[in-house]
Amino acid sequence: MTKENRNIWIFIEQEDGKLADVGLELLSKGRELAGTLNSQVWALLCGHKVADLARSLIHHGADHVLLVEHPELEIYRTLPYTRVTADLIKKHQPYILLVGASPVGRDLAPRVASAAGVGLTADCTDLQIGDFTIKKENRLCKDLLYQIRPAFGGNIIATIVNPNTRPQMATVREGVMRKSQADTSRKGEVETFTPEFQESDFVLQVLSREMREATVHLKDSPVIVAGGGGVGSQDEFNLLCDLANLMGGEVGASRAAVDAGLISREHQVGQTGTTVRPRLYIAAGISGAIQHRAGMDQSNKIIAINTDPDAPIFQVAHYKIVGDLAEVMPLLIKALREKAK
Amino acid sequence: MKRGRNKRLSTSLNILVQAVIFLEAHTMSYHSIVLVKQVPDTRQVSGDVMTNAGTMNRSALPAIFNPEDLNALEMALRAKERYGGTVTVITMGPPQAAEVLRESLYRGADKVCLLTDRKFAGADTQATSYSLMKAVEKVGQFDLIFCGRQAIDGDTAQVGPQVAEKLHIPQITYSEQIIELKDKEIVVQRAFDLGAEIVKCKLPCLLTVVGSANQPRPASVRKRIQYKLAAIPAEYPLLLETWPEFESEDKIEEYLEKCDLKIPVWTADDLNLDTARIGLAGSPTQVHKINYVVLEAAESKEIQPTPEGIQALIEELIREYVVG
Repeated sequence: MTKENRNIWIFIEQEDGKLADVGLELLSKGRELAGTLNSQVWALLCGHKVADLARSLIHHGADHVLLVEHPELEIYRTLPYTRVTADLIKKHQPYILLVGASPVGRDLAPRVASAAGVGLTADCTDLQIGDFTIKKENRLCKDLLYQIRPAFGGNIIATIVNPNTRPQMATVREGVMRKSQADTSRKGEVETFTPEFQESDFVLQVLSREMREATVHLKDSPVIVAGGGGVGSQDEFNLLCDLANLMGGEVGASRAAVDAGLISREHQVGQTGTTVRPRLYIAAGISGAIQHRAGMDQSNKIIAINTDPDAPIFQVAHYKIVGDLAEVMPLLIKALREKAK
Repeated sequence: MKRGRNKRLSTSLNILVQAVIFLEAHTMSYHSIVLVKQVPDTRQVSGDVMTNAGTMNRSALPAIFNPEDLNALEMALRAKERYGGTVTVITMGPPQAAEVLRESLYRGADKVCLLTDRKFAGADTQATSYSLMKAVEKVGQFDLIFCGRQAIDGDTAQVGPQVAEKLHIPQITYSEQIIELKDKEIVVQRAFDLGAEIVKCKLPCLLTVVGSANQPRPASVRKRIQYKLAAIPAEYPLLLETWPEFESEDKIEEYLEKCDLKIPVWTADDLNLDTARIGLAGSPTQVHKINYVVLEAAESKEIQPTPEGIQALIEELIREYVVG
């Protein structure tokens, strides 16, 4: 038996020939992991007329690009993409496969994991390499992928491993890993693969597809004013929007605020929303469940405002204001306006 | 002459065939299966639920019908009302999960079924989807499977697609609306944060349904009365306490069976499955460790919610170039 290869594959998402950031972020994380494993990073690029993107993938960290071009791959569809990915896994048996936790990645990854019969961990907030002992067999597995994520609604962080199945699969949200600068001196290989489809792969047709550009740019905003379940009304939420405007920032939200219909899901910060690292994060009426904190606790400065002095959010805050939003928000707005004069 | 008659015969036969096809297309009804889950209401996580040690007091969380599974059930019920057919609801979980099945009956499900067995415990999404796939196979005939997009306790959104893959049928994730069901095809609108897609797919297929799809109906008062006694055998002792006039659990069983109120319970043995693929043993993912996060409070300043306090804060932020 040949020695198991330890290559790390990144599924590259693109639409209309434009690369999604999450793939590039994962290439950068993949490089780091490949350094530990002393292995290669492979990028899996599927689409129609997308060969030009391969060079950019190499510049961002890929050693090897698997290029799969076919007219049927122009628009993402579950079955043709699953076919290609599963066939390539069978052929090359990668050690790890990372997929962005986007609508496409969350559609594809479970399907592929099921086809390949392997484990999959969703929405990881960190990935590391480490050892694991299967206690029942007293067997040591070296250099597994630690798939780290907050779990079960509370404040626990679980480290998940797939000791027996390959590839070890995980999805990661956009913004969780940092994209590295393109290095135009990097060299890599491009290998083309010709897919073999079956009639049954085409039982679904896309009749129309309309995607718009993001209007909310949480990831790049220097200031974020975010509201949570403690925001009592739409009027009160509007105060947050005013403050964000005044500071040249964006409005964020915890899941509770999104579920309450106060603002659209695009604004959600946290493990299942966007991960942010702004200069200033104002958490207004946010209790601070781990899923939320996972998406904002690396902010440079955090101001938390909450009526409950024991709210977990205060544990990550640099400035703690115990008080009612209806009183505190107008004070903040007023103080800023006065300074601007 | 003979040839002419043959031709006429074949023409009328053709018309007859067309008519049958037409009738079939317009009397087509659809059998749906809805996969639902009972979850702890993680939206209720608050100070009470978290202990000082940073662990979670799970019992402080109420068990609820996973919200997007209610949207999935609603979509299935509307399809039934519009096109005819049946709705069967399946859940896997501990005996208490029978509650979401009664909730399904109160809303209009025709049949329900509970998968429960200690052997299913500790299942990850692979083992769960395998067990559910086996249950779907046991139900037999279906055109559509509906699931919520994801469950709020894990947020993985994996089980739906994994059931579809194991059944070798296509999936439509992020489904928001059934635009049309016709013959053996469905047209569905999918909703994403940043756009929408309309797809046409051959049946059978599996849909995962988003929360914006619909407003799930409340339980019907009439059905609540009709199905009040619907129960699994594990609940008979409790029923007997509430209704001593039944006298014995056997009599309850007899009565529920007569009235079609006995909720079927399937164990691993009922499903003709490979026990190596279920529960903890059938789960490729394993938990290496759990860290309870006890946050070291960041060096923090308490700011008074007064005009002076806030003004001083803003001044400090400007001085340190955090804002401005």
